[in-house]
Formats: sequence, structure tokens, C-alpha cells
Amino acid sequence: MLNRKKLLAAVAVAAIAFATPAMAKTFKWAFQGSLSTLDPHGLNETFLLGTLGNVYEGLVDYDADLQLIPALAESWEIVEPTKWVFKLRKGVKFHDGQDFTADDVIFSWKRSGTEGSDQKVRYALIADIKKIDDHTIEVTTPAPNPLMAQDLVFLKIMDKEWSEEHGSVEATNVKGGDEGNYANMHTNGTGPFMITENTQDVRTVFKRYDGYWKDIKSNVTEAIMTPIAQDATRVAALLSGELDLVFPVPVQDWKRLEEAEGVEPLTGPEARTIFLGMDQFRDELLYSDIKGKNPFKDKRVRAAFAHAIDLETIKKRVMRGASTPTGLMVAPQINGFNEALNEPYKYDPEMSKKLLAEAGYADGFTVTMDCPNDRYVNDERICQAVASMLAKVGVKVEVFAQTKSKYFGKVLQQNGYDTSFYLLGWTPGSIDSHNVLSNIMSCQNVDAKVGLFNLGNYCNAKVDELTKQVEKETDQAKRQAYIDEAFKIHKDEYGHLPLHQQPLSWGIREGVDLAQRGDNVLDFRNVVLP
Amino acid sequence: MISFIAGRFAQSIVVMLTVGLIAFAMFRFVGDPINNMVGQDTTAEQREQLRERLGLNDPFYVQYARFALNAVQGEFGQSYFHRRPVSELLVERMPATLELSLIGAVLALVVGVPAGVYTALNRNGILSNLIMSGSLLGVSIPTFLIGIILILVFGVVWRVLPTFGRGDVVDLGWWTTGFLTASGLKSLILPSVTLALFQLTLIMRLVRAEMLEVLRTDFIKFAKARGILTRSIHFSHALKNSLVPVITITGLQLGSIIAFAIITETVFQWPGMGLLFIQAVLEVDIPVMAAYLVVIGFVFVFINFIVDILYFVVDPRLRADRAGSGH
Repeated sequence: MLNRKKLLAAVAVAAIAFATPAMAKTFKWAFQGSLSTLDPHGLNETFLLGTLGNVYEGLVDYDADLQLIPALAESWEIVEPTKWVFKLRKGVKFHDGQDFTADDVIFSWKRSGTEGSDQKVRYALIADIKKIDDHTIEVTTPAPNPLMAQDLVFLKIMDKEWSEEHGSVEATNVKGGDEGNYANMHTNGTGPFMITENTQDVRTVFKRYDGYWKDIKSNVTEAIMTPIAQDATRVAALLSGELDLVFPVPVQDWKRLEEAEGVEPLTGPEARTIFLGMDQFRDELLYSDIKGKNPFKDKRVRAAFAHAIDLETIKKRVMRGASTPTGLMVAPQINGFNEALNEPYKYDPEMSKKLLAEAGYADGFTVTMDCPNDRYVNDERICQAVASMLAKVGVKVEVFAQTKSKYFGKVLQQNGYDTSFYLLGWTPGSIDSHNVLSNIMSCQNVDAKVGLFNLGNYCNAKVDELTKQVEKETDQAKRQAYIDEAFKIHKDEYGHLPLHQQPLSWGIREGVDLAQRGDNVLDFRNVVLP
Repeated sequence: MISFIAGRFAQSIVVMLTVGLIAFAMFRFVGDPINNMVGQDTTAEQREQLRERLGLNDPFYVQYARFALNAVQGEFGQSYFHRRPVSELLVERMPATLELSLIGAVLALVVGVPAGVYTALNRNGILSNLIMSGSLLGVSIPTFLIGIILILVFGVVWRVLPTFGRGDVVDLGWWTTGFLTASGLKSLILPSVTLALFQLTLIMRLVRAEMLEVLRTDFIKFAKARGILTRSIHFSHALKNSLVPVITITGLQLGSIIAFAIITETVFQWPGMGLLFIQAVLEVDIPVMAAYLVVIGFVFVFINFIVDILYFVVDPRLRADRAGSGH
């Protein structure tokens, strides 16, 4: 015993001697909102889950380039089309010192299916998990799904013992009990940081967890997140030198950051695609002066719209050069993207006029366009630009822009898709094309839960069939061929009109080194302070 | 006396019920809270379940009755966005707003009254004219712009004061205060100046006008004729008599300082009730919005109630015509 103690002491001394002087490095950053809950199963939202990714981990994770990497699972294989075996990482400890085991994975999966959970979609990907030993599990899926692992990034693993001890075996319910769920206010993950303080709208403090299983390049010992809702205040806080990073930064302020000393804008393409959609299922448009028929059912009209919109001008005038015009409904970061198909529709207003005349609308028509004004980068101004471009070919577009909650309340499924022409943006949570095919390009089918965000109900049986094949196919080359074919049909039929990938827009203090992920998530693992 | 108070009290109740109803009714039109509560992948079925569970499918009057009954017990339900009891959120946020409002009000009085007196006494002085034209700016520039300008000058250019937040606060258990730390006090400066500026100019102009009015009255002339010191006339006769309406207005303005704090809090990310409210509006967090409006409504009604009673105590004429009360 005595010897062991001595040995420990010696090791400790050596560790102190060899370690670089442990300097406290505090990383201060601001985002526009705060973390609405600390429960990783409470809300299915990218920013929240991405930020909690510093505290909680899934079986797999994304690296800085959104590539899938092993996290709590060391490796996995598909033994049968519906059966996966995951080898779990050994020696991983939760922040409270408990060991990470198979029981925690099973518990977390079950928890994500409890009533208050907003992760039920991910819960439903798995039919059953069987424990083989403490560090091996067998996962059964309801149908063959080669992409299942991709979807597990945001299914975070919690400690079974901790959750049981604190009575938090169910996900935080939006209505909840009066005291709130313990996990709504406290965390205990396996990630490199622990949350030690979280006051809504004031700050969230993350402290480095020394027992993290992986070597990471970050030298941050403490990260403080401050929510600053006002754009001007957020940018001023960066300029004043109080912060290391702020996001988002309004596109208009890039120049200011470039000119100011000690700070710079950090930009890149986001994995979100902004596109236009048209009502193609009603026999008469809800908001148009054409009565008795629906012009958007005519492919020539949709084509006319596509060729009347000048993406380069939108890029230059509205997005200050910061968008990436696109011809596909998925961004380059997304699995299944094919550069060969990404050529945008050609800008050709003369052709548009001709097409409209052929379709019988030589004098144009009037249609109302639904548009959010606080959801995407410069959303309302994009809509206005589109309206003025369509005006040049004779189509009168009335832009109806409103705040995101009103906008979504109007156009989504719950309100019966109350729109004729709309602008929407989409980032597939699984970073895979199937998500887009299934949610946006498949025929609306509430029971099968597909096409629910296909607001105008673009519908082609062949695309539906291909989507199902994409879901099942495990052979990557074949799968890509199916994706390409579906995208090609959709593009030839002008199903939706993709506009661009909007820019990620961050502002950082010079000298701070970090990775800007395409899904707009900040991973502290990659942050190195000067 | 008792029937007067009872009457006023009954009126206050009616006002509160109306405020509650208007607040609650208004929120039927701000958008669908479900969309802000769930992520984009959440299915329609899950959304519908949530809607049912939150009682959003009940008829309007059922929802209002439920709200009013709970509100009386200080129970405003669960915030959709924060997933915590609204009453807890309000208690947590109140100190920030009250400290800011208090400093704002004190600042407005301490600067406003002397400036008003000075400009009234030296009507044609250069400094007076400067103050008066400066006060025009204070009235006409919107609060958020003043805030942004102050941030730019003191935060970005000179870098002497913090531009956002409350700094370090000391938690006393039932109250969090920024008065006890250096960073807390520094953080108070810009927002409280921003908040005080409008009230300050208002008070200053009011004091000046009242002073000028009183200085013209006969009893001042008589006082002068009696040979009383000018200084004494100005401060114990004129100022005293012009302060009555100032005190009334200031009392009533306290309510609007607390309410006006919304803008200041938003610009400076000051974690008070106003910021909570603005965020609730963006997220369509109906319970928080409703609770906030009811609380602010209550502050106004309460102050009015106290002022009414004070009038009654101060002004004997009110007691005489209580039979025809109702104003």
C-alpha cells in the first residue's frame, strides 16, 4: 500500500514536471441565442445538439469536415442487412467517474423514445439493442438502413446510473413537472467539457474535463458562451475585444470586421441549401389571379421561373458575393452530392418569356410568394430579388414576408401547406442525400412520414421508388447511381428551384485557431487559443 | 375612506382581468409555438401530440380561464422555450431589471431636477441653451440608437466599459446583485445612462416649466417684496411648489422605466425581464409573454392605486366629493 502511494506520488511529480505549465485559457464566445435545455434528448436542433456535443457524445461523431468518425463506438459492422454489431470504447468515464458501458447505450436509446423526447425520429431507427457483453452491442433496425450510423451522431449517450439516481430516466418534457427534469439543468457526459454553470440569456460555462479519453488539440481550459441576441451588440462585443468568437455576423458587417484591427470574418459555405418551391398539386392556386387551373402544374412554367432567376446577381447584390449558387438540392458537404449535376439552371429571360408564351401565359400572371424574414441569411431580400427578376419576364410576384414562427405556421403540413410559392432552406441532419429525397422530393404521405416538407407536393413515382432503394442499398456505387438518377429526374422536371448555399458567417479574434463546421456547429475540440 | 379604497381596488381587479385577457388574446395571433419548440425533422404526428398535451387545441375561453386562475396563484405555467416554470424565470430576472430601473430613475432625478432648476433660473445663459438643445436630442433620438452610440464610443473606440451583460453578480440567495462587484458596477453604467436619458430630459423640462410657472405667481412677487433672499425664494418657495407634479409624474414614470427597459435590455443583452419578454416574442413562448404583460400591468395598476390613495390622503377635496367618485 505504502509503495503504491509512493509510486503514485512519483508519477504525479513526474507528470507535473513534464507537463507544459498548465495555463488557464478561457475561450469567450457569443451566439445569438442560449441553450434552451441541457437535456440532449429534449430538443432536436442542430445548434443545441452541436454545442452539447462538447459535453455529451454519441457512438459516432463528425470531424471538422463533417466526416463520420468513431466516438464512443470503436468500430462497427453490418452483419446482416438489419443487424449491426458495435464494439464500444473501453476505459471511457463519465464526468462523475462512472464507467461507460453497453447498459448506458441501451438506456439512452430507450430514453430517447420516452414521451417528452424530441429524438423519437432517431429512436425509431432502431428496433432493438441487445447487450452481448459490457462493450459489445447488437443493434437491430426495422428495415435495412445502411445509413443508420450516420444518424447516431446526435443521439447522445447519457449515464444510466446518474440518470436513475437523479430521477431523470425520461427525456425533458416541454410541459414537464414544476421542478423540471434534473437533466434539463445538469449534465454528465463523456465529452471533453463539463457544464458548470448555465444561466439562460446570461452565460453557460464549460470547464475542461481532465479524464477525457481522447487526445485533442484544444488548449482551452474553460469556455464561456454568452448569448447576445442583437446583431449590432454582438459585433460590437467582438470589436471591443471582450470576445474571441461571435456568430452569426451579418453579411453587411464583414467589411467592418476586415477593416478593424485584431479581428476578422471567418466564412465558408454552409451545408444548408436555400431553394424555391411551387404548389404542384392543387387544381387551382390559392394565391394567384389565374382561376380554374394551376400554372405550376405545367413544367414549362416552372422552367420559365428557373431560367428567369439570375443566381449570380443574387450572389453579388444580395449576398455580397458570399453565397454558392447551386443546381442541386444538396450541398457539397452532403453525402451523395455530385458535382456533375450541380450546374445551376441557365439564366435566360428570353427563353423564359418564350416558355411562358407556349404555356399560354404570354401576359404573365400574379402569384404570392411566402417568405420568412428572420430565418435564413437575407431571406426577405432574396425573395424581393426573385420577385423583381420574375417581373422582367412578366410574372408579378407579391412577396409576403413574415417572422419565422408565422411563416412556418402558415406553410407547413399542420396548416395544410397554405402556400403557392415559397422559399425554404434545408440542412439534412444526417448529412446524407436520403434525408432530402425523403423529406422534400418524395410525394407527400403523412402515414409513411415521407414528403412532409415537400410543401408543393412535387410528386414522381420513379423518384419515390429510387428513394426507397437509396434507403436500402448498401453498395456505395449503386446507391450513388440511384441518388444521381433521382436528382436528375427532379432537376429535369424543375421540381424545386435550388438557389444557393448560404454562407457561414463568424467573426473571430485574430490568432484564434478553430474549425468552422459546415453545419454551423462549434466544436471546442478544435479550438486553439494563442 | 374604506369604500373609496374598496372601489379603487375593484377597479384595479377589472383592469387586471382586462390586461390579462388582451394579453392572452393577442398571443393567439403571433404564430404557432409548436414550430419553435421542435426541430425540422419532427413529424406532424409528434407535433399534433404535443399540441394536444399543451392544451392548444382547447377552445379559447377554456385556455384563458385556465390561465387566469393559475395567474392569481402566481402560477404562469411552464415556459415552452426554457422548459422551466415561468414564475421561477421571472423571479430570476427581476433583480436585473429592478436594479437597472432603480439606477436609471435615480440618475434621471439626480441630474434632471438640478438641470431643470438651473435652466429655469438662467433662462438665457449659454449653458442653459446648451442643456436645452441637448435635451432635445435626448427626447428625439430613439433609445436603441443612444445605446448603440454609447457602445461604439465607450466600448469599441475607447474600450473602457463593457458592452453587454451584467458582469459578475453576487448571489444573495433570493436576489442577485451587480452592486457588489467592480465589473457589475461598470456594466451598469452604459445601460442605466441609456435608460435614464429620456426620463432625465422629461423631468428636466417638467421642472423647468413648473419653476417658470411658479416664479410668475403672486406669492413669489410678495416674497420678493418682503425682501426674502433670492436663494431662499428659489429653493424653498419656488422649487418646493413645483415639485408636487414632478413627484407624481416620477412615480408614474417608474412603471414606464421598468417597461421601457425592454429596449435597453435588448441592446445591452441585460438579462432582465425585458430581454426575457423579447426572446419570448421571437420564440412564441406564450406563457412567458402573458406572464410578463400581466406583471407589468400589475406594476402600473399597483403604482396607480398607491398614487390614488396618496392623493386621498394629501388632498382634502377628494374626501368631500367621494359620493360622486369614479374618476
